[in-house]
Amino acid sequence: METETLEKNAPVKLVPKDFASDQEVKWCPGCGDYSILKQIQTVLPEFVTEKEKVVFISGIGCSSRFPYYMDTYGMHSIHGRATAIATGVKVANPDLNVWVIGGDGDLMSIGGNHFIHMLRRNPDLKLIMFNNQIYGLTKGQYSPTSEKGKVTKSTPFGSVDEPFNPAELALGAKASFFARTLDRDPKHQQEIFRKANQHRGTSFIEVYQNCPVFNDGAFALYTEKTSKKEESLFIEHGQPLVFGPTENLGIKLDGFNPVIVDLAEGVSKDDLWVHDENDKNKAFILARFADMKRDHFPRPFGVFYREERACFDADVQQQIDEAKNKKGRMPLNQILSGNKTWTIA
Amino acid sequence: MDTTTESKSTRQTEIKEAESVVVRFSGDSGDGMQLTGMQFTDTSALLGKDLSTFPEYPAEIRAPAGTVAGVSGFQLHFGSKEIYTPGDQFDVLVAMNSAALKTDLPRVKKGGAIIVNTAGFDSKNLKLAHYPEGANPLEDGTLEGYTVYRIDVTRLTKDALKDSGLGMKEVERCKNMFVLGMLFWMFDKSMEFTITSLTEKFGKKPDILNANITALKTGWNYGDTTEIFTTRYKVSKAKLPAGVYRNISGNQAIAIGAVVAAEKAGLPLFLGSYPITPASDILHELSKYKANGVKTFQAEDEIAAICSAIGASYSGSLGMTTTSGPGMALKTEAMGLALIFEIPLLIIDIQRGGPSTGLPTKTEQADLLMAMYGRHGEAPLPIISASTPADCFDAAYEAVRISVEHMVPVILLSDGYIANGSEPWRFPTEDQLQEIKAHFLTENNNPGGNLLPYKRNAQGVRPWVKPGTKGLEHRIGGLEKQNETGNVSYDSKNHELMVKLRAEKVEKIADSIPFLKPDSGNEKGKMCVLGWGSSYGAIKTALIDLHKENYDVAHLHLRHLNPFPKNLGELLHSYDKVLIPEINGGQLLQLIRAKYLVPAVGFNKIQGLPFTTEEVKEKIKEFYNS
Repeated sequence: METETLEKNAPVKLVPKDFASDQEVKWCPGCGDYSILKQIQTVLPEFVTEKEKVVFISGIGCSSRFPYYMDTYGMHSIHGRATAIATGVKVANPDLNVWVIGGDGDLMSIGGNHFIHMLRRNPDLKLIMFNNQIYGLTKGQYSPTSEKGKVTKSTPFGSVDEPFNPAELALGAKASFFARTLDRDPKHQQEIFRKANQHRGTSFIEVYQNCPVFNDGAFALYTEKTSKKEESLFIEHGQPLVFGPTENLGIKLDGFNPVIVDLAEGVSKDDLWVHDENDKNKAFILARFADMKRDHFPRPFGVFYREERACFDADVQQQIDEAKNKKGRMPLNQILSGNKTWTIA
Repeated sequence: MDTTTESKSTRQTEIKEAESVVVRFSGDSGDGMQLTGMQFTDTSALLGKDLSTFPEYPAEIRAPAGTVAGVSGFQLHFGSKEIYTPGDQFDVLVAMNSAALKTDLPRVKKGGAIIVNTAGFDSKNLKLAHYPEGANPLEDGTLEGYTVYRIDVTRLTKDALKDSGLGMKEVERCKNMFVLGMLFWMFDKSMEFTITSLTEKFGKKPDILNANITALKTGWNYGDTTEIFTTRYKVSKAKLPAGVYRNISGNQAIAIGAVVAAEKAGLPLFLGSYPITPASDILHELSKYKANGVKTFQAEDEIAAICSAIGASYSGSLGMTTTSGPGMALKTEAMGLALIFEIPLLIIDIQRGGPSTGLPTKTEQADLLMAMYGRHGEAPLPIISASTPADCFDAAYEAVRISVEHMVPVILLSDGYIANGSEPWRFPTEDQLQEIKAHFLTENNNPGGNLLPYKRNAQGVRPWVKPGTKGLEHRIGGLEKQNETGNVSYDSKNHELMVKLRAEKVEKIADSIPFLKPDSGNEKGKMCVLGWGSSYGAIKTALIDLHKENYDVAHLHLRHLNPFPKNLGELLHSYDKVLIPEINGGQLLQLIRAKYLVPAVGFNKIQGLPFTTEEVKEKIKEFYNS
């Protein structure tokens, strides 16, 4: 009898297609968003048994159509505010599994303020930024992550804006988890989503995502066979920093300065920088690689930094629970009367 | 030695019986006038007087001491009759320095009493208040016709506390208690409540506590033993309707209204707010109700405040956001989102003088048209207004009822005048409150097919579907929705249909709103005065006087500004003349004239101040006889 009940209530194992909604996906052919959608639908069944508890919340932009394609609870909101809305959702109901989706314009430009404040508060949710370094939905203006000098419709003479370095910005805003991955590397993406799921706090993931219409090839250096081994550095906790066509190059630290070394020239792997996800100083150095153009450092991918610290939603709930235990719910009649009353006969 | 708190006067003075008295405490921002006023108010209330208060303070927290810009005032009108306003003119003014006297003298009644702290009238203070070189209002005849009490409050307080062991600064801070003691003597009031409240406040700092109590008692004894006070006032208890009362400010009443209404609806309350004058007190008040599950979130900005509340409502709580004009402006895009989502949301705007930063600490009713039209697209929302401090409770409760039962964001308009002002409130008990029903969908409303999140009931209301509900996973968004399914739709006819459905839903709220009845006067006749919000007290008091003079004038006062009560048009057409007083340039006037084609006339004041009863009365007479 008991086993029967248990079996009846046992969660049905979900599969990727359980997470696909009936809506036709309408991104441009070849858009990197398709891959991200697929990888998320692929990994979710690994750790979600109750999909009614999953909520995807997005802002505005191409990537923000994402929730319509997920057969979970979802909200397509307004430009830049998905982070603020998600904070409300998670604080109001910490039991929900919240994912925030946004682009580089949505999160770093119009939503920049909410983005940094979400990271410092650290509610327990996933925050995925589809970075294509361009405004796609408005048809091709430069974004806050576009490289300086970018020629676009709004900058025919090249942009004169210095871009954000998302990793550096996130770490500066006290992100408790930062990882970078690529649309063209499904396996790596999946691995990063799994790691994000294991993290308690705001897991911020930057996905390099190709926009084939307005910024095609922005990340080709890291995705094309001819260059990717030389230009990309895949970091793993506890592993030395090795890259290059035949894993022949490494990075070692000279004080605070990273130096590229040739393993063929007598440098041992033991002398290399060993990646430590818990080291914030080193995470900042990794973040800076993208801006160290003179020495042409490879672009790191993987989990830069991870730190267990208090989560906003849990702390809010804890105060509520403590107050309930200590004082008990105040009856409505007592709220209405307050402490000082007088009677008129 | 005086050990009792119930001091009895030991000498004979003239006792003036008064129906009601207006007292104004006025001093520097740092003089503690707000605290003094509130203590006097609490005591008056607990002794059964009806009352109305009006704190008035500068936008600068500590403007340069002694200047007119730094004057902070607290006005209290109390009496044995029913009181609806803080009063036009002062019977008693307490002026702690030259700047306070300069600011408030014009509003002291001829023959009224003025108590001045002479220490605030040295050459330095006179100069700071910009009195001409060599002029001193205490000596040059300016105060002729008033009863003036010149008292060196600063020195007397210092003398009384010379053995207290406290530093000069702390001693000086006690001078407001000396004044309070003196006033308690003048008005024959007990010091007991103030001593209790000082003990609660300073219980852990016995030096400070004793100094404050000593100053208070010294003030009382000073009034009692010196010969300078010739008059005491006697105000009997008010003949208010029988019942149990408390004193309450508008912002407190909104907070309590929201907590109680949310619980009655069975919903957790979530407040997303960014501090702004004069709304912040609601955030402060609500943050105390953690034991009742109330979650308050001080957001990074006004936009995040409303967006977090939208997130909370989406997930099944009652989301609420509080702000004032500049913040309302920032929230407008998000209001449109909540509107198209069709979820409950309580948006509270405590209006202040605008535009821009405007007059942050002064009152105005100038956000009505913003509440009505301040969104892009066709985006009507219900609007509720509160007319007195205690009425803020009913207004908040009604706003929650409409929001939850009609799945729609509701704007509640209050203003700085009633937000900070207070009055006695015959509070209801839980069982006297109307039920509020939240309808969560737990099963598919389209068996065999996909959920229809935008399928409406007869009132045009869609169901509320809480994330976490198994089998009802669905997506909602700010893009236009296909009718019923909620799927994205760019179909032109569908868009028009959806715009109309959302507007009709708001219109249908009128079915649950009672017909408007005159607050006083007849249902038809020569003239009516149509008001909304905090002008209530001034209009009501004006009409009490005018009815004694046999004016055929009625007072209509609106709680619901959108939709209006169904009978409003008919009612307005039943009077020959319609006067609409507003603390703005004529906003309700525009709405009424456009909607009902009534040749209403506006009476408008935009000075950061509420109407006085006298000016409303004069205007009514003028218009009536024109």
